[in-house]
Amino acid sequence: MKARRDRTGLAALAPFLWLGLFFLFPFLLVAKLSLSDTALAIPPYTPRIYWSAGLAGLKTFFAALDFETYARLTSDRLYIVAYLSSLKFAAISTGILLILGYPLAYAMARCAPAVRQALLMAMILPFWTSFLIRVYALIGILKPEGLLNTALRLVGLGPVNILNTETAIYIGLVYAYLPFMVLPLYAVLERQQHDLLEAAADLGCTPFEAFWRVTFPLSLPGVAAGALLCFIPMVGEFVIPDLLGGSSTLMLGKTIWTEFFANRDWPAASAVAIVLLFTLVVPIVLYQRQQAKLMEAGR
Amino acid sequence: MKRGLTTFNIASLVIGFGFLYLPIVLLVIYSFNASRLVTVWGGFSTKWYASLFRNEQLLDAIWVTFRIGLISATIATVLGTFAAVALVRAGRFKGRTLFSGMIFAPLVMPEVILGLSLLLLFVSLGLPRGFWTVTVSHATVTMCYAAVVIQARLSAFDRQLEEAAQDLGCPPIKAFFAITLPNIAPAVAAAWMLAFTLSLDDLVIASFTSGPGSTTLPMRIYSQVRLGVSPEINAVSTLLIGLVATGVIAVYLFQMRKRREA
Amino acid sequence: MTERSRPRLNIGAVRSTFAPWADPAAKPLVRFENVVKRFDGETAVNGVSLDIYPGEFFALLGPSGCGKTTLMRLLAGFETPDSGRITLAGEDLAGKPPHQRPVNMMFQSYALFPHLSVERNIAFGLKQQGMPKDQIADRVTEMLALVRLDGLARRKPHQLSGGQRQRVALARAIAPRPKMLLLDEPLAALDKKLREETQFELMALQQQLGMTFLIVTHDQEEAMVTADRIAVMRSGEIVQIGRPADVYEAPNSRYVADFIGDVNIFEGKAEFADGTTVRMSSPEAPGGFDIVEDDLLDVGSTAWLAVRPEKIEVHLDEPPPGPNRMAGKIEDIGYLGDWTTYLVELESGRTIRAARANAKRFVDRPVDWDDKVWLTFARDAGVVLTQ
Repeated sequence: MKARRDRTGLAALAPFLWLGLFFLFPFLLVAKLSLSDTALAIPPYTPRIYWSAGLAGLKTFFAALDFETYARLTSDRLYIVAYLSSLKFAAISTGILLILGYPLAYAMARCAPAVRQALLMAMILPFWTSFLIRVYALIGILKPEGLLNTALRLVGLGPVNILNTETAIYIGLVYAYLPFMVLPLYAVLERQQHDLLEAAADLGCTPFEAFWRVTFPLSLPGVAAGALLCFIPMVGEFVIPDLLGGSSTLMLGKTIWTEFFANRDWPAASAVAIVLLFTLVVPIVLYQRQQAKLMEAGR
Repeated sequence: MKRGLTTFNIASLVIGFGFLYLPIVLLVIYSFNASRLVTVWGGFSTKWYASLFRNEQLLDAIWVTFRIGLISATIATVLGTFAAVALVRAGRFKGRTLFSGMIFAPLVMPEVILGLSLLLLFVSLGLPRGFWTVTVSHATVTMCYAAVVIQARLSAFDRQLEEAAQDLGCPPIKAFFAITLPNIAPAVAAAWMLAFTLSLDDLVIASFTSGPGSTTLPMRIYSQVRLGVSPEINAVSTLLIGLVATGVIAVYLFQMRKRREA
Repeated sequence: MTERSRPRLNIGAVRSTFAPWADPAAKPLVRFENVVKRFDGETAVNGVSLDIYPGEFFALLGPSGCGKTTLMRLLAGFETPDSGRITLAGEDLAGKPPHQRPVNMMFQSYALFPHLSVERNIAFGLKQQGMPKDQIADRVTEMLALVRLDGLARRKPHQLSGGQRQRVALARAIAPRPKMLLLDEPLAALDKKLREETQFELMALQQQLGMTFLIVTHDQEEAMVTADRIAVMRSGEIVQIGRPADVYEAPNSRYVADFIGDVNIFEGKAEFADGTTVRMSSPEAPGGFDIVEDDLLDVGSTAWLAVRPEKIEVHLDEPPPGPNRMAGKIEDIGYLGDWTTYLVELESGRTIRAARANAKRFVDRPVDWDDKVWLTFARDAGVVLTQ
């Protein structure tokens, strides 16, 4: 009879195998490749496993793996700069997103229910719209002869050169990830009972004190979720630095892309990916814990 | 929370939503610009749409993208439903932590890493890259989104309904299909739509995993954007935005009406 | 159902001849034998043995977490016993999944299928049995009439009131003609007035159908009104089984006495017991207690006397000295309309509860706060308990 309940676990079988093959296993390949060397071949790396040689082939394969690529990464200043600037861009943008997103989510949560629904809809809509197209739309505003400079000229200012600078990357990151920050914040703020604030007021809090001592502490899970949801993918962001940052800005996502497509240095791309992954392991685990906790609470 | 918007609240809303929507609105407006110079308004025209429909490369890309989206979203929804059932219903099973890790991690993992690792898989399996490798890759990533969407609805679903069906003589599997599935259907549909649009929008993973003859629309747009802003891209972007917005708003209104009936 | 056809409150009198549990030849419909169920090491049901007879209205009564719902779910098949046996009409239920068991359950949340109309909800079990379409239609119509929901067949559950939903759930569970109907807190979601009405409707329905009902409730009044027999449960075990009047008037432990209705419990020492009378000394009563009781207690052992508030009389004038007499001061008065409850502080400092029916509209000399009063009760008013 015990078996009857356990059968539900079988539902996991198909997705489990699928993810094992297409998500987990490929990471081992990335790890392996990061220990390989580049070669003028197709595919462009060495060593390869020759199954025909049997166990001996496997042995020579493992013997040929080394950490040379990683050594190359640490000795090359460009990689180190790319690593640090990725973290910097992601961290500062997360900060800006919080400062911008919190008041927005808070204001949404304070609206009348019908308005709230419509605003939520308006916040979700960009979420569904192509990331690439939204970044592209931003170019139309930021470029030298774009709308921003046209507007500035009308009031007698400018022109400013933003496209292909760090500023453009910050604007792009904040613009693209704003819904990812606002939605988790809104979710926690909207759930909060109005009578909590009334109770706080009754106990002598000014509206600001009530916000600071009741609303804000209660919204911290949303702050954490939003920050992680933005920070993690931003570190590895490719499209925004590539399209808005120009050739001089360095970020890890772009580095992987360039190593892979332009330089055909697959081991280097893999090694950068592994470094990126290790950097993100802690925030990813934190995020996952948080989601699991929310899931438990939702039951 | 309710009532009493302060000036600060209203300013936050205006700035936030203005920032979100201004670039998109401009893009849509300029897609009807007769002038090729994007900043100069040369009068209303639909000529970019017309030239779009003569651009075979772009049309090919659209067709490929749609087919990939349809197939991958369907695979993702089926697998995502299974995954959601396991996450919500199965309690503790062997490998649960690993399993939920594999579901949640792709949601935040940088796409570049996902794309690279999938590519290496296909290379090492000796599979030629093309339509099917992109489809499988998209299904892999989007099934995690699908699982999360369905999981949310499923965990809110009253378990007793299934028990009631069993009590009335329905075997467990049939109870799931007769009772649970119809009730979580909106979430399953939403999951499919999400998977479909994610597949439609993806540039990075498709760039890694596609091969000759399977260039997707975002890849085309990307290569054109790198060459500079072009009115034709404005037009195709407007069409895409219009499509997604219509779909999402229609579903939203439908749900609102249903809720009002309830 | 008209007002007149409803049975009187004194259900024991109406069905006084119905007592299959007292008949050694009677075959039980359901038999629990030493059933044990644990969840993560916590014992929810601890060795329960219980017989329920055909046609009986049986109540499982106890506070939340006492294992009563688990016991019902074991019978429905949603839980599997760790040890012990459950048989239904002589057949062992072990290994039978819920959908193959000929019992139906009415869920506490009603668990109406939100995507199906009322009639399709009721037809659900019938379809599952493979009943032909026209027969299903007839049966559904019959069920709708039975629970007075004719005309609402096409409604969806969310378009119904709480009371209507409750009746749909009832009709749905009865429709497949189960051997037994299980009701899990069936009235908990209704307001007080509707709950009282529905209690009587349930009883009438049960008699009309001749079906065996098992009800799980934490509401002692609900159990007392509806059931032929009550099993009082506490932390996974059955403490007492009996007819409502037995359980109320002759509780076998302080727990049961306290759980069912209000009670005053006095601790004392047995001084004399001859099989008809028990005499106890107690610091609460200077004259001791003198009770009609057939228990043979050891002299000197500790015993407890349980007396219901309504059996204690309140006097403003001092009665003659003797047993079963205590003096005190009115501490509080609770006027409930039909009843008045007095809280009386004894000289020992204990507070005692006494209740009086307000039979007259006006009383010459009403009892007032801080009045000095005497409490007495008859020799057969209390029960002596040893556990």
